[in-house]
Amino acid sequence: MTSTATGISAVRNRALVRTKRSRGRRGGSHVLVHIVLGLGGLLMAFPFIWQIIMSLSTNAEVQSVVPTFWPAQLQWQNYAAVFDRLPFLSQLGTSVLVTTIRTLAQIILCTMAGYAFARMRFFGRTVLLAIVLSILLVPSQVYLISQYQIVQSFGWLNTLMGIVAPGLFSAFGTFLMRTAFLNMPAELEEAARIDGASPLQTFWSIMLPLARPSISVLAITTVLWSWNELLWPLVVSTYANAMPLSAGLATLASDVTVNYPVLMAASLMAMAPVLIMFIALQRRVIDGLASSGLK
Amino acid sequence: MTIKLSPSRSVPSIAAPGTRSRRGGAAARRDGIWPWVFVLPLLAGVGLFYIWPILQTAYFSFTTWGVFGGATWSGLNNYLRLLADPQLYTALANTLIYTGIVLLGVPLAVWLASLINTPGLRFASFYRVLFFLPYVAMPTAVALVWRIIFNGDFGILNHALSIFGIRGPFWISTPGFALVAVAVVGLWSSLGFAMIILGAGLKNIPPELYEASELDGASRARQFRSVTVPLLTPSIFFVLIITIISSFQLFDLLYALLGSKNPVMPKTMSLVFYFYSQGFVSNDKGYAAAIAMFIFLLIGIVTVWQFRLQRRWVNND
Repeated sequence: MTSTATGISAVRNRALVRTKRSRGRRGGSHVLVHIVLGLGGLLMAFPFIWQIIMSLSTNAEVQSVVPTFWPAQLQWQNYAAVFDRLPFLSQLGTSVLVTTIRTLAQIILCTMAGYAFARMRFFGRTVLLAIVLSILLVPSQVYLISQYQIVQSFGWLNTLMGIVAPGLFSAFGTFLMRTAFLNMPAELEEAARIDGASPLQTFWSIMLPLARPSISVLAITTVLWSWNELLWPLVVSTYANAMPLSAGLATLASDVTVNYPVLMAASLMAMAPVLIMFIALQRRVIDGLASSGLK
Repeated sequence: MTIKLSPSRSVPSIAAPGTRSRRGGAAARRDGIWPWVFVLPLLAGVGLFYIWPILQTAYFSFTTWGVFGGATWSGLNNYLRLLADPQLYTALANTLIYTGIVLLGVPLAVWLASLINTPGLRFASFYRVLFFLPYVAMPTAVALVWRIIFNGDFGILNHALSIFGIRGPFWISTPGFALVAVAVVGLWSSLGFAMIILGAGLKNIPPELYEASELDGASRARQFRSVTVPLLTPSIFFVLIITIISSFQLFDLLYALLGSKNPVMPKTMSLVFYFYSQGFVSNDKGYAAAIAMFIFLLIGIVTVWQFRLQRRWVNND
């Protein structure tokens, strides 16, 4: 008996050793994986690296037929020129305000509505939810023209309100927050209710803290979308001074009088806030976007 | 193995049997005005800025707009004009070509995602950041760099090609090449996102399957083909849907990379760009509304078609 048992365990051990060894072999062949991913990563990062180099070159160096891989002298004044020659500061201010207002509004409005749709009972709940979620199926072009008409009739063209307004409300955010609240245990709420907490208190001090992970996903997606969005701000703002950075840069691109290095410095500074946020919160951003699936 | 589109898994059981009556009628009455306090601000905004505009656009698509504004009913006119409009077909073809090129990134993303998720790989999170960087970067800002890279006279791309004896074209100002250039940037910026979604799917594959196939002597290429790809089909399907829908919305990159006044635009524009130029440059809002409805219909058809087709190849055990 014992001999067969040891026999079996010996076979198992050998099998284990074999897997371990092949693991080891796998570890060794990581070199190839690193080469592929390293080259791929370099290709991904190259435009950013090139942008940094170009932003520190002279216009002549950018346009030389034999590329200048490193400027003879670093032209830091290109960054200062951005503020002199372009309405960069006012556009940056618009971008910051628009993104902040939209993100805060979406967090408040979508969290509240998501909570009501998930946890409260009221007349027409299912139908209203279906109507809100149906927006997710419709491409944005379908509501753009009419949104423009509305903003125009309010006299909001070329104003901050005009850029901000439709983006204060989000069907996606409502969907995201409703899902978050649906997955929470009902007992907590029951307990709060028995203790005599009002719905607002229950929501504020019990449910909201529990929803923090989903709220951060909502905040990240909203910041990304709002900062980078082009079509809507382009449509509702015609003056360069009223535009956020995304639209400002896009219209600038058609302007031949601005030289390349200054343009590079401007575009680098325009995307810096979001890139810094991403690098600082990388795990959260990546996991958040992967779990939400959609922007 | 079902695809996780969202964190929602199951609807929680409403309540224990004993508490049922309390959560029923009485609770409903007790909620009273509160649900409306919570839901009305959002409903008002969504109604005004989304639901009403959707209905209004549907109406606009049956109207003609005068030079000084004001819409008059013109029945199916816009749609008939649309069907006979060569520019629509050019825009449609461009959108499809663009989508096709960007879709080439999906198999690439499957491969790269499986590499980046190699167990015990060092620097994996560093690689992940590199590949994801283009996705979070502002499209209009990166487009400006790509313009310089693609420049026909002094662009680094043509310089690199010249090393191999190839005379590169003027990418941004030659009709066919301009679209390819836009699509290359589109692929570059969406690759990382596909990799992340696929990476989440890879984590759901039980490691025992790899161990078992390894004991059976399967090579890594064989494992990739027989374990990874089949078990990843739900995520691949999801990535395909997202890529197609977002590629159909091509606008930002096209606008910023080529410039709105670029002479190649008529031959290179996408459906959304055509919508934009009709609605907000030519101010033909009725016609633009019809284009918007066309895009809506197109995305709807393609999505339904994808879900039909999905049953044949997606592994939904």
